[in-house]
Amino acid sequence: MESLDRLRDAILNGDADTARTLTEQALAAGVDPLTLVNQYMIPAMAETGRRFECNEFFVPELLIAARAMKAALSLVRPLLAASGVPPVARVVLGTVRGDLHDIGKNLVGAMLEGNGFEVIDLGVNVPPERFVETAREKGAKIVAMSALLTTTMPAMRTTIELLQASGLRPAVKVLVGGAPVTPRFASEIGADGYSDNAVGAVAEARRVLAA
Amino acid sequence: MGVHPALAALLQHSPVLTDGAWGTELQKRGLPPGQPPESWNLTHPDQVRAVARAYVEAGSEIILTNTFGANRIRLADAGLAEEVGLLNRRGVELSREAAGSRAAVFASIGPTGKLLMAGEVTAEDVRAAFEEQATALAEAGADALVIETMSDLQEAQLALAAAKATGLPVVVCMVFDSGRERDRTLMGDPPELVARTLEAAGADVLGANCGQGIEGFLPICRRLRAASSLPLWIKPNAGLPQLMDGRPRYTTTPESFAAHAPALRAAGADFLGGCCGTDPEFIRALRRVLDRA
Repeated sequence: MESLDRLRDAILNGDADTARTLTEQALAAGVDPLTLVNQYMIPAMAETGRRFECNEFFVPELLIAARAMKAALSLVRPLLAASGVPPVARVVLGTVRGDLHDIGKNLVGAMLEGNGFEVIDLGVNVPPERFVETAREKGAKIVAMSALLTTTMPAMRTTIELLQASGLRPAVKVLVGGAPVTPRFASEIGADGYSDNAVGAVAEARRVLAA
Repeated sequence: MGVHPALAALLQHSPVLTDGAWGTELQKRGLPPGQPPESWNLTHPDQVRAVARAYVEAGSEIILTNTFGANRIRLADAGLAEEVGLLNRRGVELSREAAGSRAAVFASIGPTGKLLMAGEVTAEDVRAAFEEQATALAEAGADALVIETMSDLQEAQLALAAAKATGLPVVVCMVFDSGRERDRTLMGDPPELVARTLEAAGADVLGANCGQGIEGFLPICRRLRAASSLPLWIKPNAGLPQLMDGRPRYTTTPESFAAHAPALRAAGADFLGGCCGTDPEFIRALRRVLDRA
């Protein structure tokens, strides 16, 4: 379907208006919402990820593609919900206690949403208790934490310990990232996944859910 | 375009030794995580002055100021937006008191922490915030302004325009840490584009800081050198922190850091110092290596 290939291109090129219009047209023409998501929209985001990995795309291109995806998805999501198709998973996201940096976290949030996850963004300077309470209340499958300071990285460990003590582990998976965070640190504190970029974070989110 | 006259005297020998980290040094002295370091210009002036003095004593010919995050947008997160003028003025004064006539005081201007293209702030907000900060730093008597740790060329240009309006020499350095080769800014710009853009926009010095360890800076320094005739400013991190006794520590030693200095000098670095995780011992080590070589 030619117009649906254009939908994929619109998302890939970050053209939110066109993506929205084409989605409306497709739904009006009776295209199945799930087909629309799985065959056109998600492949578009997968392609943005691939281009990011090979240095054809950088953060600006990712951001506008995620924005276009979100615009298209907002039209489809209610229909999916009505027919009993849930979001991929609910993710509780935040920058850890003592840390006020939010650019990296916001990029991860945008990419997760663009890939069909429901993101509950708790903002910056989030205490461990808040991560745990929100994960419990909202039935989140993933807690994703960001830190940009060496001095705030230990708060990731504290949060994981609290999740453990609250009985939410290992069902609730933990992802960590941020400039000073290394794979070794992630595994030492018992996180399930790590990425140093927003595209990798989506792949890690999918991987830990499948594990 | 010639070298800014105020820099020419400093650049009679090269590289000129700058300073090391401030944020991590203040944390060693008890600054709690999450608290803006600039707040200590008012509450702990002795500690701030002590960091500055330690760099002067270690041989820094240029020291920066504890004003990196003292812009209205960033300070608003901590409820300090109305203290912009005071925090910046005290920052320059404390460094000047420590420097005396032994070192020049280049005042630090860091990013707002918001992404322009994500619509979190407007270009006008950012421009006004940098103008307010640059004006305060210039009025307090800074010798030059250093726009540092920038990830977004558009934001760097807004800061540069504001800084240039003061008439002081302006250094602009960005973080190159993204992409497969870790040679791009967060927004994907390579050193060549950054150099051309900032030189055209009137920067007096350009460079790279923060992000990665010193090994990664050599190719970036070479590429900036090839793309621009401006003096170059290089301030790498002390590598990536590693866990020791359960806490993250920077593990690059001053000696291993300084061992890269001759190569950076050969690659065209005119100003050399360190960023996150470096301390006065790193500056001493740089001094030893550069004097020997």
